[in-house]
Amino acid sequence: MKTTQILIAGFGGQGVLFAGKFLAYKGLVQDKQVSWLPSYGPEMRGGTANCSVILSDSPVGSPIITVPDVLVAMNLPSLQKFVDSVAPGGKIFIDSTLIDAKVERADVEVFYIPATQMAKDAGFSTLANMILMGKVMKECDAVAFDGNKETLESFIPAKKAALIDMNCQALQAGYDF
Amino acid sequence: MAERVLMKGNEAIAEAAIRAGCRHYFGYPITPQTEIAAYMAKKMPKIGGVFLQAESEIASINMVYGAAAAGMRVMTSSSSPGISLKAEGLSYIAGSDVPAFVVNVQRGGPGLGGIQPSQSDYFQATKGGGHGDYRMIVLAPASVQEMASLTIKGFNLADKYRMTSMILADGTIGQMMEPISFEDAEIETYEKPWALTGTEGKRPHNIVNSLYLQPDQLEKTNFERYERYKIVEENEPMWEEYMMEDAEICVVAFGIASRVAKNAVVAARNEGIKVGLIRPITLWPFPTKPLAAAADKVKSFISVELNMGQMIEDVRLATGCKRPVTLCNRTGGMIPSPEQVLESIRNAQKGE
Repeated sequence: MKTTQILIAGFGGQGVLFAGKFLAYKGLVQDKQVSWLPSYGPEMRGGTANCSVILSDSPVGSPIITVPDVLVAMNLPSLQKFVDSVAPGGKIFIDSTLIDAKVERADVEVFYIPATQMAKDAGFSTLANMILMGKVMKECDAVAFDGNKETLESFIPAKKAALIDMNCQALQAGYDF
Repeated sequence: MAERVLMKGNEAIAEAAIRAGCRHYFGYPITPQTEIAAYMAKKMPKIGGVFLQAESEIASINMVYGAAAAGMRVMTSSSSPGISLKAEGLSYIAGSDVPAFVVNVQRGGPGLGGIQPSQSDYFQATKGGGHGDYRMIVLAPASVQEMASLTIKGFNLADKYRMTSMILADGTIGQMMEPISFEDAEIETYEKPWALTGTEGKRPHNIVNSLYLQPDQLEKTNFERYERYKIVEENEPMWEEYMMEDAEICVVAFGIASRVAKNAVVAARNEGIKVGLIRPITLWPFPTKPLAAAADKVKSFISVELNMGQMIEDVRLATGCKRPVTLCNRTGGMIPSPEQVLESIRNAQKGE
């Protein structure tokens, strides 16, 4: 019985909630138990956003994550806020284009991905979030990488369907990094 | 198995209400429940229903009163300060014995408070809120699935007993997404011979009213209403028991607090502490029977709440104060961590 608690954090507008939603839908398609909890209200209005995604083989208890197994940090304030809460043995994914700092903990595994730069270079500058999700899926066996297109199709509205291929490319770029 | 879909708790309420036959929604926006109104605004016009954003909470609850008097399945939703504004209407609806469905996705208070999750409207929901002798059926979902199933249940119970049923949720369950399926939706329909549907000249007028100037008449309506409440108390309490078989400590929690408490119970069991959880699903009628039974077995109770200690009074009443009841709480929009609840369990184990 495996449970993975994933916290994704960054500025509003970086696609933090969408990235979490994508993972939640991946879990749903793969018959996992899932929960997705966004920050809302003053936090979001203050410019930072985060969301908690739990993927599990057994029913999810509290949807609130206090000790994440996985932290995805898309800006420095988010990294500083949550770095100490990550479980020993956990994994931290950092957008190293936007975050200069290094993690000083020795009991966690840290991945530095220049996701924002990679997204810009590849011509989909708003998809750093999905590059990071590609890397998360590669390094954590919470959900299988296969079937991204079908998952995206299941929740992206038809009028935005043109963006699905680009999202898949971003996921692949992160996976291959 | 019905298809699983991911939905926000607030959206699940709206979709379930439509499936329950609700075609009239009157509301006024407030965080953290606005998704209910947004969903209704999108869906109702497509299915021949009514979505109306009123000029205020007070107007919207009186529109509910009117549509309910006409025999419609009708609802409104709001969050804490907005429910206070609706309190007058809730009292009139109770005094007129019409069925209504109301949602409170709670936020921190008192006053304008904050917008983060809270359970501090427990007293307001279960003990009154409006004036006069009356009760509401109060349902406390702990998952997105229950946001849907208790909404359908709420409409059924409201019609069955001609009273208001209220979903008492909180910002977390309103905002979170979980997989749900609608396979269990069991819609009950009830005759409403009292409704104001037009006499067509064939029957005497029905009158929906809460004004009784003759005290003996008013007393009679109250007595009769409480006879009905007695049946609700007898037949409708709902609760969940978790690991209570051999428990020596009983945690009592509802809604989001019960999810956190469950994590703590599992952690405490791993430390060898015999602890279980009773989760009230109906807050009124309060599930007194399982708590009274537990009082004969356990050493102590812990009430876990997102308020300054409100349900704890009902736990003490239900258990006849036979065992100590301690409070584990956060308030103002904060949520207790599983570690905090675990610490309370450890203290209870030590007899502190």
